[in-house]
Amino acid sequence: MIVPDTVPRGTGQPLKGSLKILSRLRGARGALGFAVAALLWIATFAYAGGQGAGATLSTALAFAAFGVIVGTGQMLVIASGSGNFDLSIPSVMTLAAYISMGLMHGQDYRLAGGFAVALAVGAVAGALNFLAIAALRLPPMIATLAWSFVFQSLAMNLGGEATIKPPALLSEFTVFRLGGVQVMPLFVMAMTAVMAVVVKRTVFGRHLLAIGQSERGARLAGIHVTRVRLYSYMLCGIAAAVAGFLLSGFTGGAALNMGDTYMMESVAVVVLGGASVAGGEANPIGIWGAALFFNLLAILLNTFGLDAGVRLLLTGIMVVLIVAVAPRTAGD
Amino acid sequence: MVPGDLIAMDSIRKAFGAVHALAGVDFHVDRGEVVGLIGHNGAGKSTLMNVLFGTTQRDSGRFHIAGREIAGAFTPHQAHEAGIRCVFQELSLCENLDVVENTRILHRSLQGIGWRRRARRLIADQLDAIFPGHGIALKARIADLPIGARQMVEIARAFTVTDAPLRCVILDEPTSSLGHEATRQFLAFVRQAAGQGVAAIVISHRLDEILNVCDRVVVMVDGRVVAQQRSEGLTRPDLVAMMGSIEVPRAVAKARDGSHDQTRDRVIDAPGRDAHDLPIHLAPGEIIGFAGLDGHGQRERMRALFHAGLKASRDRHRPAVAYVAGDRQTEGVFRIWSIADNLTIGTLPSLCRGPLISAAASRSLVEGWMARMKVKTDSADRPILSLSGGNQQKVLFARALASDARTVFLDDPMRGVDVGTKVEVYRLIRAEAAQGRSFVWYATELDELTNCDRIYVFREGRAVEHLEGTDIRQDRILAASFGGMVNA
Amino acid sequence: MPEAAILNSGSHSLWPRRETLETALPFLALLVMLGIIFAVRPTVFSYFGLTLLFKLAIPLMFAALSQMLIINLGEIDLSNGAFVGLVTCIVAVYLEKAPGHAVLLLVGTVLVYVAVGWLISVRKLPSIVVTLGMSFVWLGCAIIILPAPGGHSPAWLIDAMRWKPPLMPLPLWTALGIAVIGHWALKSSSYGIVLRGAGANPKSVARAGWSLVKARLLLYAGAALLAVIAGLFLSGITTSGDPNVAPGYTMLGVGAVILGGGTFNGGVVSPIGTVVGALTLSLASSVLSFLQVAPVWQIGAQGLILFLVLAGRVLIGGRRL
Repeated sequence: MIVPDTVPRGTGQPLKGSLKILSRLRGARGALGFAVAALLWIATFAYAGGQGAGATLSTALAFAAFGVIVGTGQMLVIASGSGNFDLSIPSVMTLAAYISMGLMHGQDYRLAGGFAVALAVGAVAGALNFLAIAALRLPPMIATLAWSFVFQSLAMNLGGEATIKPPALLSEFTVFRLGGVQVMPLFVMAMTAVMAVVVKRTVFGRHLLAIGQSERGARLAGIHVTRVRLYSYMLCGIAAAVAGFLLSGFTGGAALNMGDTYMMESVAVVVLGGASVAGGEANPIGIWGAALFFNLLAILLNTFGLDAGVRLLLTGIMVVLIVAVAPRTAGD
Repeated sequence: MVPGDLIAMDSIRKAFGAVHALAGVDFHVDRGEVVGLIGHNGAGKSTLMNVLFGTTQRDSGRFHIAGREIAGAFTPHQAHEAGIRCVFQELSLCENLDVVENTRILHRSLQGIGWRRRARRLIADQLDAIFPGHGIALKARIADLPIGARQMVEIARAFTVTDAPLRCVILDEPTSSLGHEATRQFLAFVRQAAGQGVAAIVISHRLDEILNVCDRVVVMVDGRVVAQQRSEGLTRPDLVAMMGSIEVPRAVAKARDGSHDQTRDRVIDAPGRDAHDLPIHLAPGEIIGFAGLDGHGQRERMRALFHAGLKASRDRHRPAVAYVAGDRQTEGVFRIWSIADNLTIGTLPSLCRGPLISAAASRSLVEGWMARMKVKTDSADRPILSLSGGNQQKVLFARALASDARTVFLDDPMRGVDVGTKVEVYRLIRAEAAQGRSFVWYATELDELTNCDRIYVFREGRAVEHLEGTDIRQDRILAASFGGMVNA
Repeated sequence: MPEAAILNSGSHSLWPRRETLETALPFLALLVMLGIIFAVRPTVFSYFGLTLLFKLAIPLMFAALSQMLIINLGEIDLSNGAFVGLVTCIVAVYLEKAPGHAVLLLVGTVLVYVAVGWLISVRKLPSIVVTLGMSFVWLGCAIIILPAPGGHSPAWLIDAMRWKPPLMPLPLWTALGIAVIGHWALKSSSYGIVLRGAGANPKSVARAGWSLVKARLLLYAGAALLAVIAGLFLSGITTSGDPNVAPGYTMLGVGAVILGGGTFNGGVVSPIGTVVGALTLSLASSVLSFLQVAPVWQIGAQGLILFLVLAGRVLIGGRRL
């Protein structure tokens, strides 16, 4: 969809000036998410007469954490090159949650085993997604969509319409506070930190971003493109599974539609977080900014007592405006 | 200008950055005249034709078509209206459309009820006129046609006439994908059209065809027209001599010591595709060149050798081959990244301390190579695109040379690079070779090939000639590239 | 040269065959499904039975054609389903009581849709993200107009959707009609050729002197109009409006375009194939229930059907989707 502009040979010189500016602005869209989120936060408690700043932030952090987990997975897939998207995230969330909750039967001592199974479900789902893309040569959107139907069916078979209750320990963990600070978002922040190191300082991360910028270039640099892309889809599946696992603890059980809103949210936080859909960029920290922005916006619009319709309308307009007006990332 | 000329281009200049693609060219075509335009890679033929067709704008110079002055910008659409058509080397058909529909794209007047019938008649008649018995299904999508058939369609489409006149057709390597019979038919048609007053400009590496079909031959070298002559009485060796006529004398390639050119420790030993294709071999410390006109299979062969080498060494985690791409923008640089990131991408495993890439190790590697390559920038953390083309290329060289690769493939890396950089890089390549590294070097510029120990000249997908030592001379390369010696 | 040998020996009949197979594939899938239904429950093959079977395919066909025009440009519209939902709300709330308002609102949404398309192409924005944002906008507008499912479609519209034309049920007449019109507009009209060329090879189309601006605006406007028709008919069938009635149309529409022989590369789409693809996808769940596949497996089976048909295309075509 996005054709990289080819700069004719030997015209590097006049480009210099504009590129310097571009490089300074890089990541500006990611920072924009934080800035807008901060403004929204201030606006919220200013509106409430200076009350409830902490409560607002902690609610936003808790909800944003789930968006950040799936967004980080989607980020790896999007970074692997133009056209790569994982639309199966909601169904993998549901499937992993159903399987793991079903196996744990609400018993605390099975928590570790359940978590391991959830991770395995995510990894397998990601591998299947990539297999369909590579072997059947399907566009990633169609392949992951078709698998999402299959995963959804599997989840229905396992749980039907019922909600499967999580172990009490899991529920406690997701809302646990240590000295007034929630622990679960801290864990997700740690994951973000790890991911920031992974994309910058590991061979996998560097290779992934290289492939996203130029698949041909990456092949000629000796990079094993297929393997790296497989890993990115598997990691995305794992992220979805983790989000599904934690979300069922947070909301009181695995439900069929639990992941529905995350398909759109996972893509939106990646792009608003400062990466380009053309691939080759990853900004794990920016995802937090975008996810906080989304959730604070929801809270603010709620505090204003606006209708659901107006809230959606304003959210949509904000998304379009940020993408249209914000400075381009280098990858765009 | 001569008043009777159909096309009169005078003192046309065009520069791309520092490269003067056209350095003041005078080019004239008479009505109904067939002009052959020849020259080696980068001589400026395609740029001149792009200016004539409006796909490139000239920097300066006067330009008349059919006596009318073209002032300011000139678009392909205006060119069409003025009666100029172009058969591009990279075909310009829409692959998703069929033959008839592609004809419609070119002609605005093919509309309304029955347009398809009219377009079909138009293209069918033209195909039949040029290539009798062509057997092309007009309903076939271009994507489903073999390359030869596409070229026939592109040619026939260029000669179709509706409301705009047809005065001159530019044919850029029109026969490169045509078979024998189709080529013969095509050449006969060009003469026949000339008889009816339609001029043609033919660019071809097949000198026989040029001599056979053209009234006059124009030779370009380095952005200038260096010779033009009626083609009567000219022979192929004459043409080769004209292209090489301004050759500056230079040092003969150094003779190599024969210490390690034995077969036992070759790093590459690949058979040819068939009996007409030479086997390629490479010894440690050797520099071999791939020569010939651009697009005659050199790049494909390099990639095949590179991927074979990559596959063979993949299990060892550190590839034994590295590739320096000449097409920097699409397959060389990673455009979002800094200079440092671009430099280290080929050597990451060796920079790791534990699971993480060591910043200190990266830095020392980068600094070492930046100094060695004399990359002109104040910081390696600047974006790669902030560098000039030549400096970007130096970074790509450093990426390959910093790796453990025993064999380095150079894919015409010096295109559009300034002379100073070239000299530095040549010196570096020779120094690396002296330490036992081997190079396979595809060069489109003749001068560069003198840096090679041996060269293979490619023509039409095959390595047809092997030159060594003092045999590496411009005339020998040109002769092999244009088929001057082989199957004469 | 081998090509020349093929050309001159007249065995070129080999080429179109693959294309024919490719075109036939969505039809084949549809026929297989109808065959299964016939084998299980022959009585469905009555005027009444077919009407029921395909009733909900009518709006989906229009939504899929709308998506097709966008995919022809090499882009994608993720807001299609929400847009159709908004149209059902405008229709159910205003069309009967205040037709003037309804028309104004519909014209306004079409203009906004075209403007956003224009923004995407001028600023070279990622269509995926912009249309994602627009899906919130459309859904929000729909909820503002009609917070909960309800309203009432005008009687004439409901009657029109219940119309029993001679010979064939309404859905099949509709399919035939829009397939023919769509095929004419994009595949046989002389300007349709330019529209498809502009999707695949804009450079060479512009080189021949055509305005890409005009082509793109026309495609966006066409897509918006088709989505409006989809919403209109959907609210005629359901007799009411519902903001969340059609979120599935977005991806089902994309699926129908791809099933019908389209690709994401731009310029390669088939109106007839898309219509057949939409019929196939809307039939999938019926087939499965006739086969007494447990309802919980039905969605999954839809995924497998997508895989099967597309894998068939890879096998015969060897072409990248």
